[in-house]
Amino acid sequence: MSTATQLEHVAEAARPTTPGTDRGTPATGVAVPGQAAPVRGEAHAVGRVDEVPPGEGRAFVAGGVQVAVFRLRDGSLHATQAACPHAGGPLADGQTDVDVLVCPLHLFAYRWRDGASTSGAAPIRVYPVHESGGEIVVEV
Amino acid sequence: MTVLGGRPTGLTSLHLDDELDLRARLVVVGNGMAGARLVEEVLERGGAEQFRITVLGDEPHGNYNRIMLSPVLAGESHEDDIVLNSHDWYADNGVLLRAGVRATRIDTAAKQVHADDGSVVPYDHLVLATGSYSFIPPMTGVRREDGALLPGVFGFRTIDETRALLEATGRCRRAVVMGGGLLGLEAARALQGHGLQVELVHAMPYLMNAQLDAEAGAILKKSVESLGIGVHLDVLATEVLGTEHVEGVVLKDGRRLDCDLLVVAAGVRPHTDVAVLSGLEVERGIVVDDQLRTDDPDVYAIGECAQHRGSVYGLVQPAWEHARVLADVLTGADPDAEYHGSRTATKLKVAGVDVATMGVNTPERDDDEFLVISEPKRGVHLSVVIRDDVLVGATLLGDTRKVAYLTQAFDRGAPLPEERIRLLVDLSDGAEEVGVAEMPADSQVCNCNGVSKGDICGAVAGGCGSVGAVMDATRAGKGCGSCKSLVKQIVEWAADGELTEDPAASYYVPGIPLAKPELVAAIRERDLRSVSAVFAALAPGGQDDAKSKMGLTSLLKMVWGVDFVPEKDGEFINDRVHANIQRDGTFSVVPQMKGGVTTPAQLRRIAEVAEKYEVPMVKVTGGQRIDLLGVRKEDLPAVWDDLGMPSGYAYGKSFRTVKTCVGSDFCRFGLGDSTQLGIDLETRFQGIESPAKMKLAVVGCPRNCAEAYVKDVGVVAVGNGKWEVYVGGAAGATVRKGDLLATVDSPQEVLRLTGRFLQYYRENANWLERTYDFVPRVGLERIRSVLLEDSEGIVAQLDANMQKSVDAYTDPWGQDGKEPATPGQFRTSLPLVALPKVPVR
Repeated sequence: MSTATQLEHVAEAARPTTPGTDRGTPATGVAVPGQAAPVRGEAHAVGRVDEVPPGEGRAFVAGGVQVAVFRLRDGSLHATQAACPHAGGPLADGQTDVDVLVCPLHLFAYRWRDGASTSGAAPIRVYPVHESGGEIVVEV
Repeated sequence: MTVLGGRPTGLTSLHLDDELDLRARLVVVGNGMAGARLVEEVLERGGAEQFRITVLGDEPHGNYNRIMLSPVLAGESHEDDIVLNSHDWYADNGVLLRAGVRATRIDTAAKQVHADDGSVVPYDHLVLATGSYSFIPPMTGVRREDGALLPGVFGFRTIDETRALLEATGRCRRAVVMGGGLLGLEAARALQGHGLQVELVHAMPYLMNAQLDAEAGAILKKSVESLGIGVHLDVLATEVLGTEHVEGVVLKDGRRLDCDLLVVAAGVRPHTDVAVLSGLEVERGIVVDDQLRTDDPDVYAIGECAQHRGSVYGLVQPAWEHARVLADVLTGADPDAEYHGSRTATKLKVAGVDVATMGVNTPERDDDEFLVISEPKRGVHLSVVIRDDVLVGATLLGDTRKVAYLTQAFDRGAPLPEERIRLLVDLSDGAEEVGVAEMPADSQVCNCNGVSKGDICGAVAGGCGSVGAVMDATRAGKGCGSCKSLVKQIVEWAADGELTEDPAASYYVPGIPLAKPELVAAIRERDLRSVSAVFAALAPGGQDDAKSKMGLTSLLKMVWGVDFVPEKDGEFINDRVHANIQRDGTFSVVPQMKGGVTTPAQLRRIAEVAEKYEVPMVKVTGGQRIDLLGVRKEDLPAVWDDLGMPSGYAYGKSFRTVKTCVGSDFCRFGLGDSTQLGIDLETRFQGIESPAKMKLAVVGCPRNCAEAYVKDVGVVAVGNGKWEVYVGGAAGATVRKGDLLATVDSPQEVLRLTGRFLQYYRENANWLERTYDFVPRVGLERIRSVLLEDSEGIVAQLDANMQKSVDAYTDPWGQDGKEPATPGQFRTSLPLVALPKVPVR
C-alpha cells in the first residue's frame, strides 16, 4: 500500500506552508536535514503534484527542512531527506523504482519502506507524504 | 564395537501404527553417501508428508563421509568428525533406520524387500543405493579356506576396515598397498605417516591412470617416491604369502615383497548382487534410465551401483546429482526431472600432491587443442584439452591454483581466452593477473569502494553464493568496474567450486531476465518503444527496476532511433540534463570541439560564459576539449544558449570525442590528415549512444601523439594513404593496446569500418562492457571475419542500422534548452546547506 493511501485520513492537510518560502520554487537557505528534529510533525503543503513528473523527484522545502519528493509511475508519492547520507548527493536527482531510490552520485540505494540502504550506507529519513487537492503534503 | 553416529542405548522412537499411516512406503537400500543424501533431498522437498521412509544399511553406523576415510586413516581427522547423519538425525526426521541389516533379495512382484535378519519390508517405491565394494583381484593365498581374507589383508572402503587398519599400524612395520589409484595412494601415504615402510604395487604403467596421462603419472611417481614410498608399476601380484597371517606378496616378475600388512585398493565394483538376484537388469551396474528407474517401474538405483547411459561413476558428485533428480521425481517437485550424466571434476591431495582433474585427459579428436606444461623437476604437470573452443578436460598436478577458474570454464562451457596459455598460467602483464590464492587478505581489490580480498572472502563465507550477490553485499566492482574480473576470480576461488550459477549474470540489465539478443528480439517483436513498456511487458511482475533504466534507455534508443519514446525517468540524471553531475551536485559542461580543434571566437565565448556564470573551474580535458566545471543545474539552459555550441556528450554512455594530432597540415612528420579525419569521424558519430562510452583518436603517424593505440577505435596513418584501424584499446582503469582490425586505403574506408565496428559493438556488447573487454571476449578473429569478410552476412544491416542512428542525431542542448522536457527539469536538487565543497581555484 502506498504512503499516499495510508495517510488519506490526514485530512487537515493544507496547514500553512513554511513561512517565507515560495511554494514549488527552488528552496534556499534551509536547515541541515536531520537537525530538524520532530519524529512526526506538522503537515506542510510544499507544491503541486504535477510539479513532479511521473517517475522523477524534485526538491522542496517543508517546514524549514529540505525534502526530496518522488512520484512513482504507479502514482504513489514518497518523501525523503534531500541529501544522501553517504556523500551529500542530491537524492531528488536519483532514479527510482517501486522499492528503492538510487542516489545519482555513487548509486547507493535506499528502500522507500524504511529508508534503509540496500548497499550498506546509513539509512535515510523518510517522511509521510500524501496528496490533497492536487497539493503535495509532507509531514516533517 | 562403537557405532559411529550412534544413539545412547535405551532411546527408542515412536512410530505410527502402520495401519493408520496412509503415506506411501519409500524404502532405501543402502545408507551410504547416495542413499542418505536421497533421504535428505526427499525431506527437503516436503517428502515427510508423502512418504514413510525406511533405510536399510548394511553397516551398523549412521551415515558417514566415506571420502574422509583417508584423513581418518592418516590420523588427521577423528572418526566422529566424518559423521554426516547420526542415528538421532534419522529419528528426529521420522526416518526408520535399520542399521546393520542387509537386504538379500527383492520380490518385485509382491513389492517386498527380504533382509538377512529374516525380516520383510514392504515398499511402494524402492531405491537401491548399495554402492560398491573393494575388488580383491584373484591371487593365490589371498583368502583362507572359509573365504575370508587372510589376516593382515584389508580392503579400504568402510569405517570398520579403516579402524582395523589403524589398529594394525600399531603392530605392523612393512606394508604393501595394491593399487596406484587415488585410494591406494592415500592409503600408502597414511600408512607411511604411521611409520610403516610402504611399497606400492600398481598393475598399470603409470599412477592414477584413470585420471592422469602417462606423463603426469610419471611426475606423480617421482613425487611419491620422494616421500620414501616404493613404487612398482606395470606389474601384478600373483600370490599372497603366509598361512596364519600375511607375510609378503609375490609379483608376476618373480620379485617378492615382504610385508605384514597388505592393503588392497585395486578398484571397486558396483554392489549389484541384490539386483541380480531380484531379476533386475544389470550390466556393469544396475541399469537405469534418465529418471534413475530400473526396468521395474517402482525400483530405482542411484550412486555407484547405478549404470546410466553406459557410465558407472565412482565419485560422490554424480551420486548427489542422482539423489537430487530422483527426489524431484519421487516427491513430484519436478516429475519430469531428468539426469543426463555428470561432468566430473575432482580436486584432491594425493600423497601430499595437489591433483585436480576434469573431463578427458588427452586429446581424442584430430582437431582437439592440447596444451601441456610439464615441469618434472618441480613436480608440476598441467594440461588442458579444448574442443571447438570449449574446455573438455584439464589435468593439474602439483599446482592447482587455476582449478577454480578451469572448473567454471569446464562446467559452464564459458568462453576461453584467445591465448590458451592463460588457462594454465597467469601472465604477469598487470596487477590483475596475480594468482588470487597468493593475494594477501588485506590487499585491496576494488579501489573505488575500498573492498579487500578478505571482505570478498568474508561475503562468500557469509553465504553469498554468486558473484552478483558478493558484489551487492560488498559493492566490489560497482565503481569503475575494472576490477570485476578479479572479483569474479576471488569469489570463485573462495567458494571453491561451490558457486551457484548466477542467472542474472547473463542479463543485459538486472531487472529483466533476458540476455541481450533475447531482449532485443522481444523489444522488436512486441514493439516496446519506451522503458516503462519494457518493464510492463518483460519484467517479473511488471515491476520496474531503478538500476535497469539507464541501460534500457540506451538500448531502446539504439533499436528504435527516432521512433524511441523517451521517458525522462528512464534516464540517468546526466542524460536528463545533458551534463555530468559532480560531487557537489553541480554539473560540468563540455561543448563539442571536433577533433580538439577550436577557434578564437569559440574561446572568447567560453571565456565570457565562464565569467558570467561564475564557473569555478575551467579545465582542458583529456579528450582535447574545454570543461566548465561547477555549473549550477538551473543555469544549464542559459549556459548552452550563451555558448551557442552543441553538446560534447561528455556525460553519456555514448560516443564521446575524437582526439587528433595536428597531422599533415603542420607537423613535419605527419603522414596523413589526421585532424580532418578526426573531425569527420566526430561529425558522423556524434552523440551516438552505446553500451559504454566510446573514445576515439586519429594520429598522423605512428608516433601516436593523440594516443590512438589505446582508444576504443584508434586510427593511425602509416603512409602511402594507408590507415591502420585499431579496436579495443584502453588507457583508463584498464590499460590495453588496441588490436589491429585492418589497414585500409582511404579516410572513407576508415569511416565505414569504424561505423561497422561501433555498430557491431553496440548490438552485441553487454551493458557497460567497454570495447577492451568486448574485443577479447568475442575474439579479434571473429570480429575480423564478421566485419571484413561478412562471414555472418550482416555487414549491410550493420551499415544501415548505424546510418539510422546517425540520422537520428539531434543536439540535446538545442533541444531542451528552449523548452524543458519535464516540469522543473533544471530545478535545483541541491541540498541548500554547506555540503562537500569543491574548492574554487
